Amino acid sequence: MKMIVAIIQPHRLEEVKEALYAAEVNLITASEVLGHGRQLGITEVYRGVKETGNLLRKIRLEIAINDNFLEKTIEAIIHGAKTGKVGDGKIFVYDLEDCIRIRTGERGPTAIG
Amino acid sequence: MFKFIIFTFSFIFSSSFGGEIITSQNYTDSSQLLQVLLNSINIPMHPYIDFGNTAWVLTATALVLLMTIPGLAFFYGGLVKRKNVLSVLMQCLIALSVISVIWVVFGYSLTFSPGKGALAGFIGSFDWAFLNHVGFEPSPYTAAQPYARIPHLAFMIFQCMFAVITPALIIGAFAERMKFSAYLIFIILWSIFVYMPVAHWLWAQDGWLLKMGAVDFAGGIVVHINAGIAALMTTLFIGKRKNHLHSHPHNLTFTVLGTGLLWFGWFGFNAGSALAADGLAANAFVVTNTSGAIAAITWVILDWIFIKRPTILGVATGAIAGLAAITPASGFVDIYGALGIGIFASLICYIFVIIIKPRLSYDDALDAFGVHGVAGIWGTFAVGLYATPLVQSAYKGLASGSLHLLKVQSIAIISTIVYSMIVTTIIYWLINLTVGVRVDEAEESTGLDISEHNERAYTIIE
Repeated sequence: MKMIVAIIQPHRLEEVKEALYAAEVNLITASEVLGHGRQLGITEVYRGVKETGNLLRKIRLEIAINDNFLEKTIEAIIHGAKTGKVGDGKIFVYDLEDCIRIRTGERGPTAIG
Repeated sequence: MFKFIIFTFSFIFSSSFGGEIITSQNYTDSSQLLQVLLNSINIPMHPYIDFGNTAWVLTATALVLLMTIPGLAFFYGGLVKRKNVLSVLMQCLIALSVISVIWVVFGYSLTFSPGKGALAGFIGSFDWAFLNHVGFEPSPYTAAQPYARIPHLAFMIFQCMFAVITPALIIGAFAERMKFSAYLIFIILWSIFVYMPVAHWLWAQDGWLLKMGAVDFAGGIVVHINAGIAALMTTLFIGKRKNHLHSHPHNLTFTVLGTGLLWFGWFGFNAGSALAADGLAANAFVVTNTSGAIAAITWVILDWIFIKRPTILGVATGAIAGLAAITPASGFVDIYGALGIGIFASLICYIFVIIIKPRLSYDDALDAFGVHGVAGIWGTFAVGLYATPLVQSAYKGLASGSLHLLKVQSIAIISTIVYSMIVTTIIYWLINLTVGVRVDEAEESTGLDISEHNERAYTIIE
């Protein structure tokens, strides 16, 4: 089992969701986060006071999957999130030790599906 | 039968009650006293109340109330960090409540009743405390409009709203770091020892600046310079906020909402100050709108040139600068004056807020001095430049060939600045030595909403 954490552009969320549904990946959690990578933050100006390096709005997706879904899921996220410009985001993959469905108590790969 | 009872009741009510107000056939002792007072200051007594004027002044009163809360409250509230928004709203709302009570108990009397002895030109007496002698009869305070004939009570409550908004304007200077207890003591002392005397100087019949010929139509000196200077002093003493260069507005939509309400209420502030529903009021209305509009445009052009983007905070700030600057002038200038005042209001305030403030490195958090104080000084000075006899024949500025008004306006500006500076300083240090003005570092980091009020404006999880 794997855990995918993906940081994407907020305006690509709909496309990523559609691509994930098409790949039959349903277990997804999204949150609004702030951050920036190599492109650095934006500069805001309030009554002449400049603030550089303000963090950018991003969406963080958490997706738990069984091993055989890994490549499909990564492809789907890239397909949905890629614009080709700086700031498209990152995908991180971890090993997932266990997964428990709270409603039934099922554990392991069957709980993910 | 039921209808008959109502009819009889309303008949009795209107004939007895209405008759008394409208015709005032039998003067009470207080009105005879007022008559003597009025004769002594050469304004004819008109026993009849003018309904139209009274309706307008009462409406204008409600409009000015709207400027403090929610207008100013949301204008300032949007500019602070999210952890301090309630503290600003609280300060505005409590100013309305506290000053309103002080005003009817003795504030109006101290400000507007005739003074006694050597202090006559500087402060009123307690003769009108608890609104003694302030009743249904026409106000003696319609100097610009002797035939306006509004009840004294209506004038009193209209002026109450000015006394409320003036200390509330100062909030912008010490926002996000002042103890609520210190704030309460500050606005009470400041109202009594700074606002009331200065208002007496210019607006009471025996005020020394008024007698000298200085004019302040709707509060450029009394409200804006006065509060602006107090803001500058308090901001210097209380010190900078932690991380003050990283304190961006938490909700500019509130600020724009507040700007709209302030602009709307300003029609009551300026046009209401005519104390009549007449041409002078209409003129004040028009020049107020014009000055606010051109100042908003000027500021956004400066933004566009210097920071490459037209900002909504710029438009809002410019509008407030233009509205503040036209305030003292709105009863004396026409639209040429309004355009000049508005353009220069934004130019001068822009220089103060964007260039001078960062260089001098003081933290006037929401620019109470930079916008209200500076625009008030400019507008008051500009009365001496742009006043035209086409609006009020007795007042001529430099543009109409008279230097006198410019001279007395300058004296009024300087004396108000000096007085407000000194007395604000004394009040500030008295409070600082007793209860302490500033919250401690941990409380400031937590935010005043939690540390001072145990409340939170927004929830993250429901």
